[in-house]
Amino acid sequence: MSKQDNVFKSLVNSFGLPRLLIAGFLLLLFCIAPIGHISITQSISDVLMRFGQNAVLVLAMVPMIHSGCGLNFGLPLGIIAGLLGGTLAIELNVVGAASFFVAIIFSVLFAIVFGYVYGILLNRIKGSEMMIATYVGYAAVAFMCMMWLLLPYKHPQMVWGYAGRGLRTTISTEGFYYHVLSDFLSFKIFGITIPTGSILFFAFLALCIWAFLHTKSGTAMTAVGSNPVFARACGINVNKIRTLSVIMSTALGAIGILVYQQSFGFIQLYMGPFYMALPAVSAILIGGASVNKASIANVVIGTLLFQGIVTMTPSVMNSIIHTDMSEVIRIVVSNGMILYALTRKSEATL
Amino acid sequence: MSFKTKMNNFFKGVKDKCVSLFKSSKTKVLKKPTLNGTKELLIKNIVPIMFIVIGIIGVYFSKFSAATIVNEMLTRLARNSFLVISLLIPIMAGMGLNFGMTLGAMAGQIGLILITDWGIVGIPGIILAAIISTPISILLGWWCGMILNKAKGREMVTSYIIGFFVNGVYQLVVLFMMGVIIPIKSEILLPRGHGVRNMVNLQGIRKSLDNLIPLRIGTVNIPVAAFILIALLCFFIIWFRKTKLGQDMRAVSSDMEVARASGINVEKTRVLSIIISTVLAGYGMIVYLQNMGTLNTYNSHMQIGMFSAAALLVGGASVAKANIRNVFLGVILFHLMFYVAPYAGKNLIGEAQLGEYFRVFVSYGVITIALVIYEVSKRRENRIEATLLRESTEGEKNA
Amino acid sequence: MSDNNIPLLEVRNVKKDFFGNVVLKDINFTLKEGEILGLVGENGAGKSTLMKILFGMKEITETGGYEGSILLNGKEVKFKSSFDALNAGFGMVHQEFSLIPEFTATENIVLNRESVKYSFASELYGDRLNTLDREDMRKRAVEAIKKLQVNLDENMSVSQMPVGYKQFTEISRELSRDGMKILILDEPTAVLTENEAESLLQAMKRLKAHGIAIIFITHRLQEIIDVCDKIIVMRDGKIVEDMKNENINIRQIAKAMVGREVSQVQNENSAQVSNNFSEDETILEVKNLWVDMPGEIVHDVNLKVKRGEILGIAGLAGQGKIGIPNGIMGLFNAGGEVIFNGKKLPHNNPKECIKNGLAFVSEDRRGVGLLLDESLEWNVSFGAMQAQNRFLKKICGIIKWRDKADIKKTTERCIQALQIKCTSSKQKARELSGGNQQKICLAKAFVLKPKLLFVSEATRGIDIGAKALVLDALKKYNKESGVTIVMVSSELEELRSVCSRIAVVTDGKVAGILPSSSSSDEFGLLMVAGHEAKEAV
Repeated sequence: MSKQDNVFKSLVNSFGLPRLLIAGFLLLLFCIAPIGHISITQSISDVLMRFGQNAVLVLAMVPMIHSGCGLNFGLPLGIIAGLLGGTLAIELNVVGAASFFVAIIFSVLFAIVFGYVYGILLNRIKGSEMMIATYVGYAAVAFMCMMWLLLPYKHPQMVWGYAGRGLRTTISTEGFYYHVLSDFLSFKIFGITIPTGSILFFAFLALCIWAFLHTKSGTAMTAVGSNPVFARACGINVNKIRTLSVIMSTALGAIGILVYQQSFGFIQLYMGPFYMALPAVSAILIGGASVNKASIANVVIGTLLFQGIVTMTPSVMNSIIHTDMSEVIRIVVSNGMILYALTRKSEATL
Repeated sequence: MSFKTKMNNFFKGVKDKCVSLFKSSKTKVLKKPTLNGTKELLIKNIVPIMFIVIGIIGVYFSKFSAATIVNEMLTRLARNSFLVISLLIPIMAGMGLNFGMTLGAMAGQIGLILITDWGIVGIPGIILAAIISTPISILLGWWCGMILNKAKGREMVTSYIIGFFVNGVYQLVVLFMMGVIIPIKSEILLPRGHGVRNMVNLQGIRKSLDNLIPLRIGTVNIPVAAFILIALLCFFIIWFRKTKLGQDMRAVSSDMEVARASGINVEKTRVLSIIISTVLAGYGMIVYLQNMGTLNTYNSHMQIGMFSAAALLVGGASVAKANIRNVFLGVILFHLMFYVAPYAGKNLIGEAQLGEYFRVFVSYGVITIALVIYEVSKRRENRIEATLLRESTEGEKNA
Repeated sequence: MSDNNIPLLEVRNVKKDFFGNVVLKDINFTLKEGEILGLVGENGAGKSTLMKILFGMKEITETGGYEGSILLNGKEVKFKSSFDALNAGFGMVHQEFSLIPEFTATENIVLNRESVKYSFASELYGDRLNTLDREDMRKRAVEAIKKLQVNLDENMSVSQMPVGYKQFTEISRELSRDGMKILILDEPTAVLTENEAESLLQAMKRLKAHGIAIIFITHRLQEIIDVCDKIIVMRDGKIVEDMKNENINIRQIAKAMVGREVSQVQNENSAQVSNNFSEDETILEVKNLWVDMPGEIVHDVNLKVKRGEILGIAGLAGQGKIGIPNGIMGLFNAGGEVIFNGKKLPHNNPKECIKNGLAFVSEDRRGVGLLLDESLEWNVSFGAMQAQNRFLKKICGIIKWRDKADIKKTTERCIQALQIKCTSSKQKARELSGGNQQKICLAKAFVLKPKLLFVSEATRGIDIGAKALVLDALKKYNKESGVTIVMVSSELEELRSVCSRIAVVTDGKVAGILPSSSSSDEFGLLMVAGHEAKEAV
């Protein structure tokens, strides 16, 4: 009995109780899914599709967590860079897969500028990054709402038909980069659709981040996050490294939203990016990251678990108890996870 | 004695003072930084000044008559002040802006939903709603305070997330438990048998507080009763500052460790400040909604924290210091902008939508700026200290 | 007042150990009403621990309490917390101010003991809703200030007070307690100007007249001689002198404080270290250095370090010895001139310092010295990797990749050479004991291959075995690679066993440099007060 207890305890310790609960809940959902006549293969396909859609956005948390800037509640800033890149690519009428690359180039350029300014701001308010990041993100979204109305976009697929100006709230990526990654090399196995392109693209970016963390600068970034005083004593320019991490996070956010759009099919402007930070933040926390430690594994596990819950709860709930409580569960789980992380001192669980 | 020696002596005296000042330094603060007078005043009040300018421009382009604006401002003052005042006490206790006031707002809404269902109207309805909201607010405030005690140093972001979290719980209660566990019989229940409608018409209590003591000067309506209530609340706040508990909160806010060493129960004091704030926010929400007349069941509370915080900051408050004057100035300036922006946008660019986005942008922007200014000025003190030290050493060397 | 034979306070055979490490032993003394007791001793002599025991501080009860007994008016007392001590009539003014800066003197004096007026709300919600009686609070504050007879405005906000007034506010707070009989003052004059200190001493004499007993801890020996009735000198956790203040001079006290005469060890050692350096070649010159480091005063340090020597920097806590290496290495805001190997070093730039061949083992092991949550490999290699581009492989000529194999090899070599106890080179630094963590810090510095190494409080908080090993490693390193070492330590004996010369820092300045064979009282005099000492010698 006590031995079992110990096994359980060590499992909890190594995996983290909240994550264990969430994983268990997800498993339960999969187990009872057949009762509600839900196709498991379809569910897994959905989870994978959403994984490909969101993983890069979650990856965007990693550099800033590594450098000790905390959870990037300012993700909307990166998303705005992505929106600018995407709309510019369409405005220039670059069609097909090429539009995706043009969009990425533009968005990364914007992200570098935004990230640089944002990074300098965050360096001046060390210790209160998270609260200010939240409001920087919101203010930027609201500011861009005005810009979307005013910027001289002309492409007929994007502007309001009746006024001839001002961007629409949602713009289809059809004909541009719609599914350029999701359909690339995708195949079906046992009835499960694998979005190979999206996953490969994510893997490529994750590999880049992983590799970066093994270089001299990457090592410095981890050290800055782990103990900034130590890093400074070793001759590191802490502010520079932090700014670099913010630029990287912002750029990944920008690419992340493009990946999201190509899979989702629409560019969502105006208040669209408003609440996109919270799901990404809670996903990486569910994956086992803490406020100052995160790894690629946290990203993968977290995105799978989070998207699993988001996908499975509505369908299972609907079919079993005929009530859609999924929204409530999503809110409680994701924000509960963030609260849990904020009230803990630090130390990673993976 | 030549002029030169006189000057030398004078400077020596000054330097000696510097040196002795430095030598005697034990704690961090040596001397408050003295910026150029006007410049300091400007920087300190940058947010209200910006808003006065925006307000004037907005009013000019909105082409409203003075009476319309006065009327609207009085309404909004009566409607929002109570909510904004509920933020004061946590600031007093050093916990920053309590974004967890949405918890109280939710409690107030539950009270309103219930009295609407029971069909209790008028002032009795409002009082009953307040009575119902109180224990819920106390419970939520207590829980929120306990969580915030675990997240010292990041109270604001934590209280902000708590707002989201409890919103989930609120939805669970209102959308799934009402009609099933909590009996709801009237037409506010969704036809499917559980959950409250998206919109609840508060016909029964609508403006019953505002119109309790009617007063009309020209075309301007004055909600006297609401203002009396707000005045009472102000007296409460002023009285509260004078109590032992208020004094303890100020001590905790200034230095938690010193307060603890003197025997003050720091954690309990902090929790109490959040409880009071939550309860007041609950009442504030009831006052707010009786004026609005309709309850947007799943949305009304979400923005309230942000708007209240923004209004307070616009009034010149900071995260660490706020008073009643900030509340009223803030509500007037912030809501002036909020009211005229869409019309100004329409008249200026022909796009009302632009004005609406503008006011959202300004609300978030003002919180951002106020937070940044506060954090940056907190860090500036250290640099001043270094300057003094350098002066003292180099001064000595030269002498 | 009644019976003069029973002392107000009696301490009998008090002994205290922290987990087997004895810090206080055989403490016996008595204190009568209206007596001022001067307590002196080097840092670490046990003064603070003794006061913490008297004051019932948590640190004592949480670490297993103490042995022996404390008698108050002939009755034994045992305090569970400092609040018990306060109630029994103790008052203590700590070295660190415990004041609320935004409050006035009055509000601080009666903090958490405010006078209240009855308010109806208190019936419902408890006493904390009674309103403050500001007039009565003011009266009580003024009364307390009157006892001190100082010119302190009770309505002044603490943040605007000069330091001396803050000190008076603290003392007034203790005086305002009912039945305060014994006042403990822990280095109250250290931060005061001469005038302020003088008025404090006068105030103490007046309190004495009121029948209040005072325990006065200070490093300024002249003050002890000026006001105390009785002097206790502590060293190594024991009372070495307990004397009446009659015909005593500073020199006697200083000697008792520092203690042990130059021993054999000393002579042996001087043969070991002193022949290693060139007499006239200066490697590092410091001119007019000031450093802005909290709790440390450095403000006009001039110092020359000779190539190849081990220079010690001694001094009492807070006098600036620790600030010197921190300032030179750029960890805290600093100014003045630092010339290393004939080249002027920039300020606030740790990278340049490391590049030029300086290295620093910080006194703040866990805060500055280590990445607690990373592996030993990271801790050892990080500095060299970042500042000197070592432990890196180049991929495609541009990407600087971590060379794991090299890092592992070097770390393992260090682990072996310094006998670091760990499970592997991958273990997290947090999991190591204090001594082994310190060795990792040394390894980190050695790996940098510096020309000059600053070591700050290298043996603080580590056990004796590890201490010897650390000191030996430093000596060996100096001898074998000819590296100049500047060693900062609070333990004079330790410096004397390793260094050739020792600079004594007092009041943020170098009070003097002595060969380590100098007699103890010479060091003691330099330490207690630079300027006083010169006059006395």
